[in-house]
Amino acid sequence: MRESMASIETEGLTRYYDGLCAVDHLDLTVESGELFAFLGPNGAGKTTTIRMLTGLIQPTKGTALIDGLNIRTHPLEVKARVGVVPERSNLYGELGARDNLIFMAQLYGLPRRQWRPRADELLQRVRLSERAETPFRALSRGMKRRLTIAAALVHHPTILFLDEPTTGLDVQSARSLRSMIQDLRAEGVTIFLTTHLIGEAERLCDRVGIIMEGKLVIVDTPSALRRRYQDDDLAVEVVTPSPSEALRRDLEASEKITVISSKTNSLRLGVHSLDEDLREICAIMHQHHAPIEEIRTVNVSLEDAFVKLTGMDVEILEQEKSSNGQGGRK
Amino acid sequence: MMNVQLKRAWYITRKDMRTYYLKSPIISWGILFPLVMILAFYIRNPDDIRSVIPGLIGVTVLFGATSLEAVVITFEKRIGAMERLLLAPIAPPTLVVSKMASGALFGLATGCLVWLVGSIVWGLRFAWLGVFVTILLGSITFALLGVVISLLMREVFDAMTMSNYFRFPMVFLCGVFVPLAEMSTALQIMASFLPLTYMVDALRHLLIVDGGAHYPLTVNLGASALFALALYWAAWRLTRYRLEDLIQ
Repeated sequence: MRESMASIETEGLTRYYDGLCAVDHLDLTVESGELFAFLGPNGAGKTTTIRMLTGLIQPTKGTALIDGLNIRTHPLEVKARVGVVPERSNLYGELGARDNLIFMAQLYGLPRRQWRPRADELLQRVRLSERAETPFRALSRGMKRRLTIAAALVHHPTILFLDEPTTGLDVQSARSLRSMIQDLRAEGVTIFLTTHLIGEAERLCDRVGIIMEGKLVIVDTPSALRRRYQDDDLAVEVVTPSPSEALRRDLEASEKITVISSKTNSLRLGVHSLDEDLREICAIMHQHHAPIEEIRTVNVSLEDAFVKLTGMDVEILEQEKSSNGQGGRK
Repeated sequence: MMNVQLKRAWYITRKDMRTYYLKSPIISWGILFPLVMILAFYIRNPDDIRSVIPGLIGVTVLFGATSLEAVVITFEKRIGAMERLLLAPIAPPTLVVSKMASGALFGLATGCLVWLVGSIVWGLRFAWLGVFVTILLGSITFALLGVVISLLMREVFDAMTMSNYFRFPMVFLCGVFVPLAEMSTALQIMASFLPLTYMVDALRHLLIVDGGAHYPLTVNLGASALFALALYWAAWRLTRYRLEDLIQ
């Protein structure tokens, strides 16, 4: 593999678990300072990829460079450069917030005189100064998450890996975490995050990679992905209670209409002309006795592109993750 | 580089001591266990207590060094804290040494307590350097045994059960209560494969004049060092090749 100044560069990165392929020949480049998201359902290979890139597990085949260092030949140097926020907040329950950060500073070899100032600086940054002495186990879930991020930043990493950073958090905590991620990116830290939340990836990231069954399906900016999968000139959302499969089939059969996605009480459809195609939509819905509560024009979103690419129901994707809160094949 | 890794090992050991060992239930257990053992043997036969002290030191070190050590890694595996350590720039040997050291220090402290009480109350021979080295070697060996068990087992309960499979036979086979010379040849052969045998036998040499030691002192110390090296090697191999099992 050529010498590179990209933050992350993988070539044919592959990982098998007991004969099952979790990550399949991943070729990916993440530039320095970029905020990159890996988007995919449970078991798609997101966590396995992070674990390989951070030296926790060995690839079966292929290799990766982190800041130009090979993960196979320089695992300790790679670990010293990256910060990792695992899906599970996993600091020491018995230790206080500050002591956890000081322990991390010791592990990463910060000079003694910096231990406490760095811990206090990070506690302030994640708004936990008041809880400096509180044992980790006594913190709320959002606070634990913030402290886990602080622990990953102790040694000033150049690359930060975040595995499902907002899973299980309330809306306010998730929002404050996203704002923290954006601040870090503004400081020049390369960020690689995995998420199953399409909105999160769309709002936060410079580029998105969609991974399904271990294979990288596509990588592009959210806007380019939207454009790429907007075959039609316009998209409309038709609000109708419980659209049937037969209705969906008939709409799909029409040459003028494309079914982009279907939810429990609405359909997203691609059309060429509002005047002509809306008439056809109304006619088909009338045949199926499907009441139209509202029709509105909408922009094609990353969610629509995701559905078109993967054929996966977004509601199911988000429900399965929030219901078990755990990802991964392992 | 080695200096850096040793420093990191010490920080992990210090954290483990603080998190697991320096807790009032563990400290009180570390004090009460040997004292109750001494008292029990003293009540049974006050005249024979001096001959049992080497065995009591050995058993105390065995239980002190393995009791928590055998479950710490398994426990940290379960709560995800082991993943946190593996994400840091720590080499596999550093991890082994750091995890072993906390158990070894606890074993050393409890073993030395029995030695001190025995020496003061019953006037045992004061061969402090030899006794200290013997207790230290034993503590390291048994703490490494705990690390190996902890690395092999997936659940905390399994690790506790497995450690008892090793500990209880050693208590009865290694000359703790009955000197090796008084045991049958078959039992002596079995005892020769167990590390506690050499520790207790060395302590008989060092603490009691004509204490009925079976092997020469150099053999005892050499065998103890070999057990420690073999268990370190096993723990290192397990850490290296089963590293991924440490992540939940």
